[in-house]
Amino acid sequence: MPDETIIELQGVNKWFGAFQALKNIDLKVARGEKIVVCGPSGSGKSTMIRVINRLEAHQSGRVLVDGTELTDDLHAVETIRSEVGMVFQQFNLFPHLTALENLTLAPVWVRKMPRREAEELALQLLARVRIPEQAHKYPAQLSGGQQQRVAIARALAMRPKIMLFDEPTSALDPEMIKEVLDVMVELAREGMTMVVVTHEMGFARTVADRVCFMDAGEIVETAPPAEFFGAPRTERAKLFLSQILGH
Amino acid sequence: MSWLRANLFSSWPNAVLTLLALALLWRMLPAFVDWAFLDAIWSAPDSKACRAAKGEGACWAFIAEKHRFILFGTYPYEEHWRPALCILVMLALYAVSALRRFWQPRLVLFWLAGLVAVGVLMWGGVFGLSYVENERWGGLMLTLLLATFGIAFAFPLAIPLALGRRSQLPVVRGFCVGYIELIRGVPLISLLFMASVMLPLFLPAGVTIDKLLRAQIAMILFAAAYLAEVVRGGLQAIPHGQVEAADALGLSYWKKTALVVLPQALRIAIPPLVNTFIAFFKDTSLVLIIGLFDLLTTIKVSLQEPAWTGFGVEAYVFASIVYFVFCFTMSRYSQGLERDLSRQPRPGAKAGALRDA
Amino acid sequence: MKRGWLYQAGVLAAAGLVLWFFVSNTAQNLESRKIASGFGFLSREAGFEIGETTFLAYGAADTYLRALGVGLANTFRVALIGVVFATVLGTLIGLARLSSNWLVAKLAAVYVEVMRNIPLLVQLFFWYAIISENLPGPREALSPLPGVFLSNRGIALPVPVAHAAYGWILGALVLGIAGAIGASLWARARQAATGAQLPSGWIGLGLVLGLPLAVFHAFGAPLAWDQPELSGFNFTGGAALTPEFAALLGGLSIYTAAFIAEIVRAGVLAVDQGQFEAADSLGLPRRRAMRLVILPQALRVIVPPMTSQYLNLTKNSSLAVAIGYPDLVSIANTTMNQTGQAIEGIAIIMLVYLTISLSISAFMNWYNRRIALRGAAR
Repeated sequence: MPDETIIELQGVNKWFGAFQALKNIDLKVARGEKIVVCGPSGSGKSTMIRVINRLEAHQSGRVLVDGTELTDDLHAVETIRSEVGMVFQQFNLFPHLTALENLTLAPVWVRKMPRREAEELALQLLARVRIPEQAHKYPAQLSGGQQQRVAIARALAMRPKIMLFDEPTSALDPEMIKEVLDVMVELAREGMTMVVVTHEMGFARTVADRVCFMDAGEIVETAPPAEFFGAPRTERAKLFLSQILGH
Repeated sequence: MSWLRANLFSSWPNAVLTLLALALLWRMLPAFVDWAFLDAIWSAPDSKACRAAKGEGACWAFIAEKHRFILFGTYPYEEHWRPALCILVMLALYAVSALRRFWQPRLVLFWLAGLVAVGVLMWGGVFGLSYVENERWGGLMLTLLLATFGIAFAFPLAIPLALGRRSQLPVVRGFCVGYIELIRGVPLISLLFMASVMLPLFLPAGVTIDKLLRAQIAMILFAAAYLAEVVRGGLQAIPHGQVEAADALGLSYWKKTALVVLPQALRIAIPPLVNTFIAFFKDTSLVLIIGLFDLLTTIKVSLQEPAWTGFGVEAYVFASIVYFVFCFTMSRYSQGLERDLSRQPRPGAKAGALRDA
Repeated sequence: MKRGWLYQAGVLAAAGLVLWFFVSNTAQNLESRKIASGFGFLSREAGFEIGETTFLAYGAADTYLRALGVGLANTFRVALIGVVFATVLGTLIGLARLSSNWLVAKLAAVYVEVMRNIPLLVQLFFWYAIISENLPGPREALSPLPGVFLSNRGIALPVPVAHAAYGWILGALVLGIAGAIGASLWARARQAATGAQLPSGWIGLGLVLGLPLAVFHAFGAPLAWDQPELSGFNFTGGAALTPEFAALLGGLSIYTAAFIAEIVRAGVLAVDQGQFEAADSLGLPRRRAMRLVILPQALRVIVPPMTSQYLNLTKNSSLAVAIGYPDLVSIANTTMNQTGQAIEGIAIIMLVYLTISLSISAFMNWYNRRIALRGAAR
């Protein structure tokens, strides 16, 4: 595995008013690495990955993405965001545009791609997530699983170096979770750097290089999946695992 | 300090805006405070002092002079306690209706009792009270009267209209749609004119109907159309599963409507209903145009006395304040209500309970 | 279903009886009071003057029909200008309420709460009182801008004197607009083909403003103003806005703007936060995100209640009768008083307003159907 660090969080702290959501976060992600972040709700997992593409701004510490530090410099932030793709729990597809138009929007307006080239790219990506026939449908006409796959394709259309997933399957009905996870597994196999917040432990076992357990704003334990699931070191990790794997 | 930076000066454009706004306030606020409070004349036996201060200080003495007329119109002086009591009764009705624990069928009884009490007090003629014909009613008392009786009678009219508009029977539906669209498409003034001028023509010769009643009827018909649309919105917001559950239990149309549909629809519709009432309250001011002496008219008429002409600004600022107090209070209440109601358990919970029973 | 037919027959019968009762009474009453019926009065001489006529020629010898026409023109004049002012003011205040600047947001909130909770009639009287009582006479008129005079006789504005060049300038404007549209279409095609972006908005603006300006200068910049001048007790020349018109326009615009501000604010807030985040995460700059993602969604929420407010403004212009502006209702009222034919007069008023409101409803339905977000087809 190449050793080059592509994401680095150094001593990152974040407060929402008086409430501290992130406490002294240190994390290094190497290029091509797959990190799964898990933990109880309110542990700061979503906040941490949103700090990586500056949807949330950290108050102290440093965040570096592909060598560039994230600060208030809007231009740098926008450049970083076009290199980092994000998939949301609520999909957030643009409801007034078709699936195809959702995919071509950013390449045309940010990367200044000619429309025909953008549409070809979009169709390729829709084929990759296995729904090429839905290209001209509106999001409201698609099932949840299809919408999330379109959302993944939309993020991929910008040819990102890193993909962030914020609980991508939590809003889906059970029978649709697999189709989305399959796409994510394929993406992982192709070598994409991924940081995934999820409760799907099966996915973590199959794909993750490291599992990062967070609780109350801190990273409590980081370990390869075999170690984390087999022999968790901290009490809090053991408690969490017993809760979600117990039933 | 940091609050100032974050909220007022967070960026260059923001800083400029803040400074502009502060400059504007600095120019206008002290001048207004001087005029309205510091240099104002609060009471004076006649208008001489006021005229001397014109342009410099507000003449609130005008209001003080005329306050009984503005509150009660030309009601006999010794009997002023009666309209005063009526105002309190009507305000009490509003207050009681605003409390959630009174949202039950017996609220209707409260209203009936309140309205009858107001009628008896104002007209008199019984219980030793002297009779006062309604040509002498006026002022704030009349504004509240028009609004209260208006909403009280418009509401029972609005519910069948809303139900009828959703009916499957084409004649019923046609009538209701026609009525609602007609009333909502024309200005209130034309309805007031219609009532004022045409209603006497519709009645057999010899039967008269007094001005106040004509205006009241017009206001009721007007409010009913708008309330009907709000109720219809409430009816549409009920999940279809509710109606299906009621049908599955074998309830007839009327039972289903009365026991399942309406209670939920009305609950959902309460905030927009209150908003409609606020607009209606403001609309009572239009009766000025057909010659009734509501709050606005009494204020305007007071201005026409030679001693007090030219103090229009004070007069209308005062009118604005009175209306504002009423409407703003109701509007705050409605916003609070909306927040509270959106936290309530969803109607779906009830359907579940019905199914299990 | 038989019960249904029975109900309906019953309703029809009852309605028919009531109608017959009213109609027969009315006929009797009209006869006993010697009031004429029918619309014949429309071709009779009106016999009254009208203060403002909005570009139409009218004299006391003209017919009632023409008088009503002038009233309708006056209504449209105040309604159309009022809609424009109210929209601009309302949008600014709505956006101000969303501002991150606390002071600006609070001031806008105060404006909205105050204007919405005071009846329009009170506001109209207030503005009329300010203009007619508190502004000085024409001799001491206030002049905030050169050539503009505020007095208790109204507002006098300078107007440019018509000149041959103006025809050409108008032509240049039309050309500029056509050019702007052409430029934007060409820029879009180019972007589709090569991906390169042109600032077609600025180019279009340049054409629309620049071409007329160029023609203006080519003719030697002919700008002569017809200035209002004090002669005797009032101003002559220029354009004069009567106190009635100014009060009505000002009051209607300020009142309706408060409601429009809330509509605009609700529209922007209605767009889910996630949409902003998705656009951000794709690297779209804020301005582009606004235009491509946020605004289309916000407009869907804004347009229906906005057209409803336009309708309200038009209906509210009927309050002109209370301050003496000769709109349709005002003139119809005078007509009714003179001819005694109240039923026909009221019918005319209602018919006109119904037509306006049904047209606006029809437009709204068409618009909603066109832009409705296509939902689940299953």
